[in-house]
Amino acid sequence: MELQRFESSAASAMPEKFNKSQRARPKSVQFDDQFSLEDNPSRLIYINDPRKTNDKYEFTGNEIRTSKYTVITFLPKNLFIQFHRVAYLYFLAIAALNQLPPLAVFGRTVSLFPLLFVLFVTAIKDGYEDWRRHRSDRNENNREAEVLQSGQFRPKKWKRIHVGEVVKIHADETLPCDIVLLGTSDPNGIAYIQTMNLDGESNLKTRYARQETLSMFSEGGSFSGLIRCEQPNRNIYEFTANMEYSGMKIPLGQSNIVLRGCQIKNTDWVVGVVVYAGQETKAMLNSAISPSKRSRLESYMNRETLWLSVFLFGMCAIVAVGMGVWLRDHKAELDTLPYYRKRYYTNGRDNGREYKYYGIPMEIFFSFLSSVIVFQIMIPISLYITMELVRLGQSYFMIEDIQMYDSGSDSRFQCRSLNINEDLGQIRYVFSDKTGTLTENKMEFRRASLYGKDYGSSTFMKKTSSAEAVGQRWKLKSEINVDPELEELLQRDLVGEERLAAHDFFLTLAACNTVIPMATRNCSGDEMHDEVETIDYQGESPDEQALVAAASAHGYTLLERTSGHIVVDVLGEKLRLDVLGLHEFDSVRKRMSVVIRFPNNTVKVLVKGADSSILNILESVIDYGDLGAVHSQIRRETEKHLNGYASQGLRSLVVASRDLNELEFEEWQEKYEEASTSLTDRSVKLRHAAALIECNLNLLGATGIEDKLQDGVPETIESLRQAGIKVWVLTGDKQETAISIGLSCKLLTPNMQQIIINGTTENECRRLLADAKTKYGIKVVGHGNKALKKKKSNENILDGCGDKKNSTNMSSIDNRSEAFRNGGITGEICENLPDKVLELTANPLALIIDGNSLVYILEKDLEPELFDLAISCNVVLCCRVAPLQKAGIVDLIKSRTNDMTLAIGDGANDVSMIQMADVGVGICGQEGRQAVMASDFAMGQFRFLKRLLLVHGHWNYQRVGFLVLYNFYRNAVFVLMLFWYVLCAAFSTTSALTDWSSVLYSVIYTSVPTIVVGVLDKDLSDKTLLRYPKLYEAGHRQESYNLRLFWITMLDTLWQSLVLFYVPVFTYSNTTIDIWSLGSLWTIAVVVLVTVHLAMDIQRWVFVTHIALWGSIVTTFLLMVVLDSIPIFPNYWTIYHLVSSRTYWLTIILIIVIALLPRFLYKVLQQLPCGSYYYQYFEDRPQYHLLIGTVYNEIQDP
Amino acid sequence: MNSNGASSSATDGVRDSNPPKRNSKRPKYSKFTQQELPACKPILTPAIVITTFALIGIIFIPIGLASLSASERVVEIVDRYDLDCIPEQLRNDQLAFIQSSQTNKTCTRSVIVPRYMKSPVFIYYELDNFYQNHRRYVKSRSDKQLRSKASEQDTSTCAPESISSDGSPIVPCGLIAWSLFNDTYSFSFNNEVLMVNKKNIAWGSDKSHKFGRDVYPKNFQSGQLIGGATLNASIPLSEQEDLIVWMRTAALPTFRKLYGRIEEDLQPNQKITVVIENNYNTYSFGGKKKLVLSTTSWIGGKNDFLGVAYLTVGGLCLFLALVFILLYLFKPRTMGDPSYLSWNRNAAGYAD
Repeated sequence: MELQRFESSAASAMPEKFNKSQRARPKSVQFDDQFSLEDNPSRLIYINDPRKTNDKYEFTGNEIRTSKYTVITFLPKNLFIQFHRVAYLYFLAIAALNQLPPLAVFGRTVSLFPLLFVLFVTAIKDGYEDWRRHRSDRNENNREAEVLQSGQFRPKKWKRIHVGEVVKIHADETLPCDIVLLGTSDPNGIAYIQTMNLDGESNLKTRYARQETLSMFSEGGSFSGLIRCEQPNRNIYEFTANMEYSGMKIPLGQSNIVLRGCQIKNTDWVVGVVVYAGQETKAMLNSAISPSKRSRLESYMNRETLWLSVFLFGMCAIVAVGMGVWLRDHKAELDTLPYYRKRYYTNGRDNGREYKYYGIPMEIFFSFLSSVIVFQIMIPISLYITMELVRLGQSYFMIEDIQMYDSGSDSRFQCRSLNINEDLGQIRYVFSDKTGTLTENKMEFRRASLYGKDYGSSTFMKKTSSAEAVGQRWKLKSEINVDPELEELLQRDLVGEERLAAHDFFLTLAACNTVIPMATRNCSGDEMHDEVETIDYQGESPDEQALVAAASAHGYTLLERTSGHIVVDVLGEKLRLDVLGLHEFDSVRKRMSVVIRFPNNTVKVLVKGADSSILNILESVIDYGDLGAVHSQIRRETEKHLNGYASQGLRSLVVASRDLNELEFEEWQEKYEEASTSLTDRSVKLRHAAALIECNLNLLGATGIEDKLQDGVPETIESLRQAGIKVWVLTGDKQETAISIGLSCKLLTPNMQQIIINGTTENECRRLLADAKTKYGIKVVGHGNKALKKKKSNENILDGCGDKKNSTNMSSIDNRSEAFRNGGITGEICENLPDKVLELTANPLALIIDGNSLVYILEKDLEPELFDLAISCNVVLCCRVAPLQKAGIVDLIKSRTNDMTLAIGDGANDVSMIQMADVGVGICGQEGRQAVMASDFAMGQFRFLKRLLLVHGHWNYQRVGFLVLYNFYRNAVFVLMLFWYVLCAAFSTTSALTDWSSVLYSVIYTSVPTIVVGVLDKDLSDKTLLRYPKLYEAGHRQESYNLRLFWITMLDTLWQSLVLFYVPVFTYSNTTIDIWSLGSLWTIAVVVLVTVHLAMDIQRWVFVTHIALWGSIVTTFLLMVVLDSIPIFPNYWTIYHLVSSRTYWLTIILIIVIALLPRFLYKVLQQLPCGSYYYQYFEDRPQYHLLIGTVYNEIQDP
Repeated sequence: MNSNGASSSATDGVRDSNPPKRNSKRPKYSKFTQQELPACKPILTPAIVITTFALIGIIFIPIGLASLSASERVVEIVDRYDLDCIPEQLRNDQLAFIQSSQTNKTCTRSVIVPRYMKSPVFIYYELDNFYQNHRRYVKSRSDKQLRSKASEQDTSTCAPESISSDGSPIVPCGLIAWSLFNDTYSFSFNNEVLMVNKKNIAWGSDKSHKFGRDVYPKNFQSGQLIGGATLNASIPLSEQEDLIVWMRTAALPTFRKLYGRIEEDLQPNQKITVVIENNYNTYSFGGKKKLVLSTTSWIGGKNDFLGVAYLTVGGLCLFLALVFILLYLFKPRTMGDPSYLSWNRNAAGYAD
């Protein structure tokens, strides 16, 4: 339904739930951070008196500053911000340690190099970005607008505009600040604006100047008055203020304010008074970026980093203790040992003093610290930077993917968050909005139920593209089908109950909305009528547009709309109707009404809204005898039709009206006026006013609007389901509509058992849930204390996962996968909860639950019950849910399982859900850009989700997982190699490698191939991944990154480092080899080794990969040559001597082969068929089957 | 169910293939951006695996044999003399013997040439348990000072052997130079002196660029504690080849350093008399001293490790190749058989 506006009232409906979700995600931007006037004094603005306005309060000027730095503050501030990252602090701490004299392991400048390098690069990037912001700020600030200065409008720079000044904006100009309209070129005070810059919606919206202020112009430009408004806030859909002007108190609302960034369209000029300027404008307050999320893999990675820290600590401890023992054993000789010499014997000033010796305990301590310095890269700090670069590259490819480009809306894929690319490969739950996400949100008027009669079902539908049937000069932009039978009814004279009902029906459709008719003269178009006007209906709700267009097709054309009146062309006759009041749609009432005064002075309230909200407030018909019988018959028929529409997947609205008598009208008007001028609780007071007249309504009929399914939705859902992803649909639509859409998009299948939970009380819900559970055999044993149970089950989930990762027990994997298959997609979690017994049912289950029940379930203690039930079902459909309930459901899964959730939606009502889920995807659709702004990824069509998850998600996950493990390996093998050497150097932290080589190893020698592979490598082609959605489950099973792989990698690392160290040691034992030659050999060997290791794991070689890999080996060689050509280094000329030696080359080749042999064998055993062992082992790993199976097919495929 | 997915992916491709509009945001097609670059997809097929193993075996075994035979051809004479060169009566107090300037340190030994040794025969001394790679030791030098006279004062990194008692710099400074090895050897055969060539025993690059022609030893070994050899103050450092060799610190605690060359062929069973001036103090830390005479080959000195390692690895790989050939013959598996996909093999059990 029309839940476009994310009303604050919806938020207050579920405060409890909301608080909970806030706790869960404290950082998320909540859209309803409401201000309240009780806490904040209101803001006083004296119109056209900026001095007085700004005298008392310090309002900001209109100068904006989005830049972070100035020339002076750049260096300190940028450094300060950069050092917020733990990685840099680690670098800094290590570099600082190295400056201490007893610890100076590396040369002082060398040790600072990596930190300075990273800081410098980041500073350059930040500086460039900030320079661009400065430039755009300067451009913005220096734009000019006409400001009233001493009685005349004169141009003034934007940055000099102050609050309280009166500005004049011309057509197509952009607003410099938030202004309250005082007058426009339109005599009725209408202004059309485009809010593209604000919320991305391209349709025009209307804003009104109050009729009262228009007189300021007639009186010759004497602007005066006092505006009392709320403090600046970021809610762009609300504005509460009033204006005191010549003794009157005039209410001001959302429709009277135009915000910075909007453009004036179709209006020659507007004049308004500045209320918010500069940083206080709503646009600027809204420019906060979406909160950053951290990927699941990264948090696992941190866990492994902890292990690496343990290793680091262990190694340093060994060195320190070894040093202590060695010192103790050689205590007597220390003075004379030629290679230690702890004393000066130089006859000079220092004679007899101890040289760099601080006693054994201190030596142990220093030895520990200096080994931390030497082994520092064991903690792969550079990995964080590498990962950022890799994700950037992956995002580039996602954005550039032609197959995720939507030509309809001309939108590419967007990556708004760079931190969670790999999460896309592990999604287990997809929460989808329906309208605009599964469906197109392009509404088409299909059916009407009028006076108990259903129109539009006949197949003979006439297509009208204009209202020519009634002989008019305008035509519609869209085509509407008209039922001939209905048309015939409308041709009749205006007598008879049915005809009158039809009249009111279409009048309501035409009048009861906020749509603006835009007439454009069409000169080029029609040959027959040169003067044809095209009417384009601009509105915020596609439903309303469809209804107005339908009314027009049936002869009731809305021609004009101002704040005070509308003009409707009724079958050729222009009818001017005064609009006395308008109660906008809100998600609590779920209806909208207008109060209209007809030319004959009768007052009517016209209402349209959701069936549930209107059928309850219809006039009771029992007392009316015959007529009553007819009415109740009509009502029954209409309800029947409504159910019929819903089952066809149509969106239904009920239309009703009522005459107001004088008394009722006056009572309402008084309340309405008071409510709409009130500054506090305006929406609540308005709701009370609406309740006065929205009662005892006459039912006129109902409409059915079709919301077409988007392309490829059923296929996408089917693929996601095969991929083991559960799709839950959360919609504001009614149950029948939701079920029918569910069926048409293959979410529900006919053989599914539908469990419908429709409770109206807590107990009923409890009973329904319990019934469903017993019926379908979902048993929960051991109901204890609930809080305890929740905690326990969470632990179990964690245990289960850990177990799964470590498990090398083939049969247990086998059993699990067996149960997994039999139980549909649901088995996994249940199995990890040993206290649950999942009895397998023959048919898959579908849970359908409505918003009402969710109120009871989510707010009370029934959450665990719902959770148990929901995860046992293959499909969950939630209907009639409020925006925050959507977030609540996401939270239900997120807080209770370890599974990744993805929320996809297009409207403002999906924002909370998108922010709550691990991954939020926005659809750039019809309902504005709120969802996109809040999302992590945005795309044009729902069907791209398949490619996004199955292809890019899989790739990203696999790439990043590999990247992390490889980086751990790459750094650890290097550190271990150093470690073995330290053991051979009397535990003194000597490094055979030169300082530069140690530092450049992870920065230059081996960094590029890692990044290239992390961006470009693919294990399987997109075609294969799309053809076998099951491959996605590799991500669910955490195949690319888990604790087991980590330990295997570490074992491999240990082996490789031993080979790396001992092969040269044995080869060169008892020779004249010097420390730099051996170090040089090790440098080359380790670089070649890790590169070849990477090469072995690359699954797809493109030329870039070749360049990066072999290029980095060559670069390393060249750099070694350069470093060895500088005579001041002790290692001078070493490499030249080495390359001429055969032993050197033979040693390197031997190292590479021996080091990689076990890994190669492991890979071969994984991928080669070798008997029954193979089948068992790879039972659960289809990826490897494919490597031999499908991919091979693919290669044979030309 | 799979056909569904396949057909939809096919239509996906077709649907978006209409020509791009002007000013549209449609990504430009290129093989790079669409990740469709021509790629090589190596798969470990049985053929590749068997070939790889076989190839490694075939290449490694000859290399192994060659290096083993080269190592075999090297003739090496090792003579440990640190204990034997102390007179019997002083063996209880080796330190006193070596530190005293009164004792006669000359020691005569004889070695027998086991096989024909073609010239040049390299003379090495081998030290053991001497951590030339200790961090305190490695750092205790000043490469700037060694290079030029102008940097004579640059002794900051040389502590504790940086300045002499009067505060003037020691040249060459540092522990490494201070501990310069000072045993000397002279060889004779049948009372005929075998000439030892001590020229060009250091790297040419070190002589020409790292040790200055204008740098002369100064204040060297002037402290209380004498570490080793003294240097002739009239010869520039670039000519002091023993020092240059010594200052290329060894990588491992057991190391050899080149002493000189005998440029005469040595015949089998020749008995060579070596006169050793046993000056260097390794007794304080229990280090061994050995004299080594060795010929050389293309893989360097005598070391069987490379050869044995190559042979072992090569053999292992050949064996693995054989195993995989047998596996492939007796348990063949068709490549690209989708029936091996787990969900295909278990289609009946899958209840979706």
